[in-house]
Amino acid sequence: MPAVSKGDGMRGLAVFISDIRNCKSKEAEIKRINKELANIRSKFKGDKALDGYSKKKYVCKLLFIFLLGHDIDFGHMEAVNLLSSNKYTEKQIGYLFISVLVNSNSELIRLINNAIKNDLSSRNPTFMCLALHCIANVGSREMAEAFASEIPRILVAGDTMDSVKQSAALCLLRLYKTSPDLVMMGEWTSRVVHLLNDQHMGVVTAAISLITCLSQKNPDEFKTCVSLAVSRLSRIVSSASTDLQDYTYYFVPAPWLSCKLLRLLQCYPPPEDGAVKGRLVECLETILNKAQEPPKSKKVQHSNAKNAILFEAISLIIHYDSEPNLLVRACNQLGQFLQHRETNLRYLALESMCTLASSEFSHEAVKTHIETVINALKTERDVSVRQRAADLLYAMCDRSNAKQIVAEMLSYLETADYSIREEMVLKVAILAEKYAVDYSWYVDTILNLIRIAGDYVSEEVWYRVIQIVINRDDVQGYAAKTVFEALQAPACHENMVKVGGYILGEFGNLIAGDPRSSPLVQFNLLHSKFHLCSVPTRALLLSAYIKFINLFPETKATIQEVLRCDSQIRNSDVELQQRAVEYLKLSSIASTDVLATVLEEMPPFPERESSILAKLKKKKGPGAVSVTELEDNKREGGELNGEGDRGPDPAAMASSNASTPSPSADLLGIRSAAPVGAAPTSVGSLLVDVFSEAGPAAPSAAVNDDGFLSSASPSEDPAPPLSEADELLNKFVCKNNGVLFENQLLQIGIKSEYRQNLGRMYLFYGNKTSVQFASFTTTVSCPGELQSQLNASDQTSGTTGRGWSPDPTGTQHRVLTDFSDAPLLNIKFRYGGALQNLTLKLPVTINKFFQPTEMTSHDFFQRWKQLSQPQQEAQKIFKANHSMDTEVLKAKLLGLGTALLDDVDPNSENYVCAGVIQTKGQQVGCLLRLEPNGQAQMYRLTLRCSKDSVSRRLCELLAEQF
Amino acid sequence: MIGGLFIYNHKGEVLISRVYRDDIGRNAVDAFRVNVIHARQQVRSPVTNIARTSFFHVKRSNIWLAAVTKQNVNATMVFEFLYKMCDVMSAYFGKISEENVKNNFVLIYELLDEILDFGYPQNSETGALKTFITQQGIKSQHHSKEEQSQITSQVTGQIGWRREGIKYRRNELFLDVLESVNLLMSPQGQVLSAHVSGRVVMKSYLSGMPECKFGMNDKIVIDKQGKGGSSEDGAKSGKQSIAIDDCTFHQCVRLSKFDSERSISFIPPDGDYELMRYRTTKDIILPFRVIPLVREVGRTKLEVKVVIKSNFKSSLLAQKIEVRIPTPLNTSGVQLICMKGKAKYKASENAIVWKVKRMAGMKESQISAEIELLPNDKKKWARPPISMNFEVPFAPSGLKVRYLKVFEPKLNYSDHDVIKWVRYIGRSGIYETRC
Repeated sequence: MPAVSKGDGMRGLAVFISDIRNCKSKEAEIKRINKELANIRSKFKGDKALDGYSKKKYVCKLLFIFLLGHDIDFGHMEAVNLLSSNKYTEKQIGYLFISVLVNSNSELIRLINNAIKNDLSSRNPTFMCLALHCIANVGSREMAEAFASEIPRILVAGDTMDSVKQSAALCLLRLYKTSPDLVMMGEWTSRVVHLLNDQHMGVVTAAISLITCLSQKNPDEFKTCVSLAVSRLSRIVSSASTDLQDYTYYFVPAPWLSCKLLRLLQCYPPPEDGAVKGRLVECLETILNKAQEPPKSKKVQHSNAKNAILFEAISLIIHYDSEPNLLVRACNQLGQFLQHRETNLRYLALESMCTLASSEFSHEAVKTHIETVINALKTERDVSVRQRAADLLYAMCDRSNAKQIVAEMLSYLETADYSIREEMVLKVAILAEKYAVDYSWYVDTILNLIRIAGDYVSEEVWYRVIQIVINRDDVQGYAAKTVFEALQAPACHENMVKVGGYILGEFGNLIAGDPRSSPLVQFNLLHSKFHLCSVPTRALLLSAYIKFINLFPETKATIQEVLRCDSQIRNSDVELQQRAVEYLKLSSIASTDVLATVLEEMPPFPERESSILAKLKKKKGPGAVSVTELEDNKREGGELNGEGDRGPDPAAMASSNASTPSPSADLLGIRSAAPVGAAPTSVGSLLVDVFSEAGPAAPSAAVNDDGFLSSASPSEDPAPPLSEADELLNKFVCKNNGVLFENQLLQIGIKSEYRQNLGRMYLFYGNKTSVQFASFTTTVSCPGELQSQLNASDQTSGTTGRGWSPDPTGTQHRVLTDFSDAPLLNIKFRYGGALQNLTLKLPVTINKFFQPTEMTSHDFFQRWKQLSQPQQEAQKIFKANHSMDTEVLKAKLLGLGTALLDDVDPNSENYVCAGVIQTKGQQVGCLLRLEPNGQAQMYRLTLRCSKDSVSRRLCELLAEQF
Repeated sequence: MIGGLFIYNHKGEVLISRVYRDDIGRNAVDAFRVNVIHARQQVRSPVTNIARTSFFHVKRSNIWLAAVTKQNVNATMVFEFLYKMCDVMSAYFGKISEENVKNNFVLIYELLDEILDFGYPQNSETGALKTFITQQGIKSQHHSKEEQSQITSQVTGQIGWRREGIKYRRNELFLDVLESVNLLMSPQGQVLSAHVSGRVVMKSYLSGMPECKFGMNDKIVIDKQGKGGSSEDGAKSGKQSIAIDDCTFHQCVRLSKFDSERSISFIPPDGDYELMRYRTTKDIILPFRVIPLVREVGRTKLEVKVVIKSNFKSSLLAQKIEVRIPTPLNTSGVQLICMKGKAKYKASENAIVWKVKRMAGMKESQISAEIELLPNDKKKWARPPISMNFEVPFAPSGLKVRYLKVFEPKLNYSDHDVIKWVRYIGRSGIYETRC
């Protein structure tokens, strides 16, 4: 760079800046700037051309004003002019202005690009560098578009100077990062790799950054760089500290380059070529050896540089994970760092060890440092280091040291920093579960956990305890006893009360033999905590009470008394009040047998991945975990892994007990646990139904009065292919709601409503598996001529693949004219990788658009006679398929949509109906007569409609129904 | 009530800090600095709430005065107090500047002790304060016992603003009617908004305890009298009367009498004081009319012609006339021609300033300017209004002093013996014309 001569000092600029600095107030500053701006404007406007020096000076002033935070909207032209100057300083200022103030002003960009192109093609290296720096500094898409093809050429050209190559490499890196799609790979890529062999270390350092970035995207194209990098590395590592002169930093040869080389190697698997690999291993050994040597300098820079290489080498060793010898050496080296004075080193050592612990070769070696790590957890002053120590303990834990580690983590939890407590709790819970040898230890640990850090124990943790206790018979008695003891503490955490309530409610009988924990004592203990708890806990306790009534009939009077008192039965909280009322009623009405069935012990849970683990994974997600994120995690976690971790809700308790425990019945998931055909109704209404008049004897029949269940039973047969769709269709001729389809994976519920010539249909998709369906799509189509007869529009409002879709798909139909076919529903989704494709007929039949018409006997027969043309009548005599019960028939005919007319036909056995079908264009009147013959089990169905096609179609449809 | 009072310099350094109540902590000082003085965006509201604490501030040149409270106080009371505080300080040591505040900090603390007690404003009458808080601390010791007791009786008595036993050889009275007229006019000459805010400032050198009565051409009073007298008389005087929208008085004015009879009677303080403030919005005499003509010639040139017409009696002379014509932000050069006065393009303020020393009534004068612009198509010029400053020797609201009577029953001088001086000064407030 040419030295700045005295004439370039720009006195005017210095004076202006000192004026601004001396301004006493903001107002004075603004006045000075306004004055200067006016001066510059008049200068730029002036007729006589400015010389390069003053142009530069004024552009500098403008730049300074801009950097102070004022708007600059002129002077761009002058700056662009400076670009074409031949003086370095003027060009430099021009480029500076452009890179700071560039905006996508179309005409200027063209000029700027032109100037940059000129400079790039000039032979002057300083000008080329300036241009490259400008491109990199702006780094916009426009720049990339203009120069992305040019720069690689400069980079690999044989006659390019080293300094230009350096700049070109970094410039290309920048452009690749901003718009990777514009940087085309070509033959230059192979030549870029050979830059690793360049004489000039600066070029190598710049090139390696570029290569690392490029090879992450296209590893195959840069494969050759591995051997080059290894040889380069070995040359550096084996060189004496003085060999590299400028690139030796505090006695360490080229530390930045070494780190970058090691990082580049981490993008690739271990080299296959034995020689290369041997050389690399040699390098890594040398690096590890050097770490052992006494430092050549006491300066912190020396050790920093050395350690940087060492850590990079260790992460490469961990990345390869194939050299047991190196891994153990790395581990020992890190072990030394664990006790280093430098906090940063301890942090890095703990962090690297975490990854080492997961390698099978070094796991044992890591375990030897357990005492040091535990010590670090206890004594470190910096919370982030303690966090790493906790991570490492978690990583190094296995069956052999689980008890020790869990105990240490538990004892640390009492003093742990608030920010890491929740994570610690999750970790303890997972370790305790994962490495539990006997489950009494597990129960002890978790109860301890709740006692020590109850506030940080999330829902998942205690759900998990309950799942495990319920699934393991051997631990139930012990759990009940321990919980009972824990609850005797004068102050215990609400989560403890929840666990206690649940476990005693289920297994209180196992410890009831002991007079110290007799049923009444248990109840009183639980109830003494009742008033201190929040509403959800109270609700849970109420359910525990009703379970007590079942377990211990002797407590019935006491508990009923409690339920009956005003604070329960008239509680302001609807949920509590409802539970109190219903449980009270249930306990007083139902017989002991019924009670025993309803309040049976919970069935075991299906084994699956611990929900806590999922939560921890979530928590460890990218970025800092903010409070809101945590909340989100909780929610998402709940939805993802628990099929709705709703907690051991008494509703779920009751419902899953009341119904036949299906395999998917789940303590925690009302949404999926609800038995066959349960509609996504609220918990409340489900409860109402369970205890409604249908009685607990047949609770499942009363789940929904939409008739869901009555239709659910026939549809339990295996998944019908398309050929059976017609049969399905017929089920819906007389009703609007029900289960359309069901197989092992999927259940589709339907709900529809019709008004005049419009119909709306809601489809509820229920996922019966525990996995999420991928790419779940549905389409509704009208085949063939139906298209002209019926408008079916699909209004998919987002279908979730799991559980009941909260927003059902809606389809809307508009009848244009009468029709006979049905629209098709096509469902596609992926389950376990396999594409599932289903096509169903939507139950839209012509009779759905009936409007009932009431008329007298006289009117009816008058119209009947009017429709006397032979085409208008359709008649069919057929055998009864179903019972000929009067009420059933009446219901079916009403479901058809027509008006059932009494006292019309002289024969009271016969049924007579009338209705009008509304289509867009016209109305079709319909009269129907059904004459059953009880003895012969036959029907005669006669239909007369104003349109012949309608009567035929209706006749076909109806014949299937009776 | 006011919990504390802080004075800052422009950098936000605390010059004076006086805390009256325990609920205001030391951190309040910093809170105001951080959130108001050093705020990223300029704080435009004079009341700022920070952490349930209210800060009321006024700014005098580079000095910030902030009153702090945690209670729900009457904000206008606080501001009235702050303004009064400014008046008192300037009466004691002139301009409120950082240097003056630093030099007089003992005095300021002394004043703060006196005019604010446990956060409740006390007697802030400059005249009264000057009797017992003096600038030269030693002087106060020379007060004789009688003088001291006199001060005590005055300050604690019913008429706190005047002490007894004042004697003057010549009984004199000066009355100034100071008005500032505000205007916003459309380019076509339509008045968009106009009002006058005026003050009656008096300086009295009267012996004893005189009772004064002030009369002006208030419409309500004139109408009342008009009813009593002949209808002709009423119609005649009705023309000259003015409608006062609202007014406030010095504490010496008997408000009960004003309410019942609308007469302004008072026992005046000795020396300077402001008797009343008022505001009018109807029938305002606009002393000047500004006629702007702006023509854009191409993208790089602007021609501006501004004519001012004086609109008052030709015998009167307006003074200190200054017209400020804003120029676009991309101005690169200005040529000016004016018939009268001096005009200059001030780049630092982005405006052409045209100054005329004197101008008689019913005259007109004009300036024409050619403004060269740098081509700039991004931002359109917003055309800020042309503003004007002047001073005229009459009251633009039309207010006239009808009488000022002085009665002193104990001493033997009568109304006729008092020498009275009356002066009207009309100044421009925000006097703008859009162009």
